[in-house]
Amino acid sequence: MRSRLNSLFDALLPVIATLAALGVGAVMLLVLGANPLEAYGALWVGAFGSTNAFAETLVKATPLLLVALGICISFRGDVINIGGEGQMIVGAILATSVGLTFTGLPGWLVIAMAMLAGFIGGGIWGGIPGVLKAYFNVNEILSTVMMNAIAVQFMNFMLRGPMIDPSQAELASKIPQTARLLEPFRLLRWAPTRLHLGALIAVVLAILVYILLWRTTLGYRIRAVGQNPNASRYAGIDVKRHVVLALLLSGAFAGLAGMIQVYGVNYRMITDGSASGFTGSAGFNGIVAALFGQLHPIWSIPASVLFGALLVGANSMQRMVQIPSALVTALNGLVVVFVVSSEIWRRRRQRRRLAAAKEEDVPPKPDPDTPGKTKVRA
Amino acid sequence: MATSNQTTLPPVVTMSGIVKRFPGVLANDHVDFDLMRGEIHALLGENGAGKSTLMNVLAGLYRPDAGVIQVNGKTVNLSSPRDAIKAGIGMVHQHFMLVPSQTVTENVLLGLDEPRFLMRLSEYDDKIAELGKQYGLDVDPRAKVWQLSVGEQQRVELLKMLYRGAQVLIMDEPTAVLAPQEIDDLFETLRSMTAQGKSIIFISHKLNEVAAIADRITVLRRGKVTANGLPAKGVTTQELARQMVGREVVFRVEKKPAKPGEVVLDVRDVYAENDKGLPALRGLSLNVRAGEIVGVAGVAGNGQRELSQVICGLRNATQGEVALTGELVSNRPTLYGIQRGMAYVPEDRTHVGSSPNLSVTDNVIMKKYRKPPISHGGLLDMNEAGRFAKELKEAYDIIVPSVDTPVRLLSGGNLQRVILAREISGEPAFMVAVQPTRGLDVGAIEGVHRLLLVQREAGSGVLLISEELEELFSLSDRLYVIYEGRIMGEIQLGMEEPSDEIVEKIGLMMTGTPLDKIEKEAAA
Repeated sequence: MRSRLNSLFDALLPVIATLAALGVGAVMLLVLGANPLEAYGALWVGAFGSTNAFAETLVKATPLLLVALGICISFRGDVINIGGEGQMIVGAILATSVGLTFTGLPGWLVIAMAMLAGFIGGGIWGGIPGVLKAYFNVNEILSTVMMNAIAVQFMNFMLRGPMIDPSQAELASKIPQTARLLEPFRLLRWAPTRLHLGALIAVVLAILVYILLWRTTLGYRIRAVGQNPNASRYAGIDVKRHVVLALLLSGAFAGLAGMIQVYGVNYRMITDGSASGFTGSAGFNGIVAALFGQLHPIWSIPASVLFGALLVGANSMQRMVQIPSALVTALNGLVVVFVVSSEIWRRRRQRRRLAAAKEEDVPPKPDPDTPGKTKVRA
Repeated sequence: MATSNQTTLPPVVTMSGIVKRFPGVLANDHVDFDLMRGEIHALLGENGAGKSTLMNVLAGLYRPDAGVIQVNGKTVNLSSPRDAIKAGIGMVHQHFMLVPSQTVTENVLLGLDEPRFLMRLSEYDDKIAELGKQYGLDVDPRAKVWQLSVGEQQRVELLKMLYRGAQVLIMDEPTAVLAPQEIDDLFETLRSMTAQGKSIIFISHKLNEVAAIADRITVLRRGKVTANGLPAKGVTTQELARQMVGREVVFRVEKKPAKPGEVVLDVRDVYAENDKGLPALRGLSLNVRAGEIVGVAGVAGNGQRELSQVICGLRNATQGEVALTGELVSNRPTLYGIQRGMAYVPEDRTHVGSSPNLSVTDNVIMKKYRKPPISHGGLLDMNEAGRFAKELKEAYDIIVPSVDTPVRLLSGGNLQRVILAREISGEPAFMVAVQPTRGLDVGAIEGVHRLLLVQREAGSGVLLISEELEELFSLSDRLYVIYEGRIMGEIQLGMEEPSDEIVEKIGLMMTGTPLDKIEKEAAA
């Protein structure tokens, strides 16, 4: 009974953490002189209040979900990927150049090619830290973050130089952006909203990632390596290769998120010099969505929708209650901090519970210099 | 109890009636021990005999459940290492406790109340250099610890204790980490320290070393004293070996006579290094035939772990080779051996043998998932996997609510059955089992023994690496004894109980005397 309560509590923990974050946010709203109820009401209306609002929520949720799917793979393989931002950017650059190059090909083909390009671009950007980790023991948290910085500068260079919109190149303003994708290359939209086919693609991929992780030998190996590399090595699994694969696949899904942003929402790449200017921080928020979804691809779907709603709703909250935009960012940050730390807390609690359970029914391993054999005589 | 046959002064340390229990284990059972001023008193015993426990009690790390400790005739209460060092007792552990990035002086001073505030280390450098000179502990006080050899680091540990005014030094298997030349240096240092009035307790399981350095010897076996303060002069190594290994009531397992067939595993002149890059196997050869259980006896840490890893392809041999049914498997991927009928029951059930968070199903398919019927072209058939797991659960009496239960929730015996079920179900030609019954209760041990015998009847070869002599005696058809990465000798075991003579020989081999030498001496 107690264990059932415990597991129910664990399952609801992300929700509880979110509510706690909103609670702290309410205090901040009060300090700013805004009515928290009114503000959160505005948030709800902004995110779910109309068809268009809900569509916007889903548009924001799509890249989060794609990044989250990759995170499910890498975290299950016990490699931490903080490089979603960079992987999105590189995937998008590769996918955009496909769309701008093969202007003569049919739309469906270009879209398919662009998806592949996004997948490959992100895969390369994730695979490099993977190789560094597996074969040179470089910490992947540091290397993926650094790869983000490289990707941003690469994007700024490409969009100011080789990939700049030819019409901008002639102007003095020289806005760093690419040309727009041709009409047939754009993902189908559910007019009049901005909701596009990418959302459906992401959901289908979530199911595929579930199958990958739990119904294929590759997924089995990635999970086994993540759970216990020693046991995996012992069972004949090439641990290093699967560390690389986990990061590579993780990056590939982020790369695809970048491609979807270009082909489904903006139809071009544009940079304000920062990574979040292009990604909307989906590379980071996707991690939170995945953790919120307990690193399960299917549960990541509602988790991504929730965070998409927070993003969209916060905007309308800002407009309607007249609070500084910084608070919106702070609110987002609060949710992230609460959810991530609740996850760490949950794991520690689980470990402690496990240790307690072990102590009850199994005698601890005898220390090296105590006779473990006394029991034979007992 | 104090056998003061050397001096009339009271013992520096007297421990009487020490009892220390751990859950399920009686580590020290009314142990008496005393130490005279200026002597080296060796504490001898197999791994698990209770030597380190007793000394941890004296060093203030463990509180005894019963018993009295006296230092210089006065009863003391040692509840922390700080108390122990105040009473003049310092312990040098087998694994050094030094800060690698700091200098020798900084390490010696670490944890002391001096220097109070200003770090005028150069003064201390001189002090420590002088202390070193006094006892023949040659080490540069300004050197960083990471730059020092293992022998030098040990000297730093000794300096730490001497600087704190230790009169009694406990050395926990000090030679285990040292090269032969360093051992000579250490012995010289120890003698110079006793000459200056220090007393030393020397923990070891190596008979020749004990004979070379000790004044008196106390032997522990399974938590009990079997020889108390014997003078080292005049005691034979045979006698010590017998005291150390002893005889237990062996409860025999029913088994039919072996019908050994072809050689399935052939280990030829293998050399390998341990994790620290030190030699662990030095020219080891052995073989296992189909249909027999071959035991490997030895005190822990003599290369058993590395041997099993080299056989299974988890560690590379630097020289030599391992062949499985005639095919070379050493220095090849682990998978190569697995696919050719190699099974492995590792010592560490939870970190190597299984993946605790994965389900019973996920764990039992670990070596089978690559092929039909579990998988087809990269797609796992989880129904088939579940059916397979349920089959094994029934066949091997694995007590678990469901095959979807993570194996971390299983008891030790059940987990071992999961591992054995996985390994045996692969119908291996050969299996290596390392300490397969460690930490299990009687019923579970019986079950594991039965499964190993079933393997033998089925005609597969089993290499059983164990520290439990009774287990080896009751299961093995042949027995090798390993010592410092070499085979000291091979003994044929019949169906009947091994004679005292054989047990004594094994004891001697376990402590470093090769069989041919024992036989030559017996013949002389």
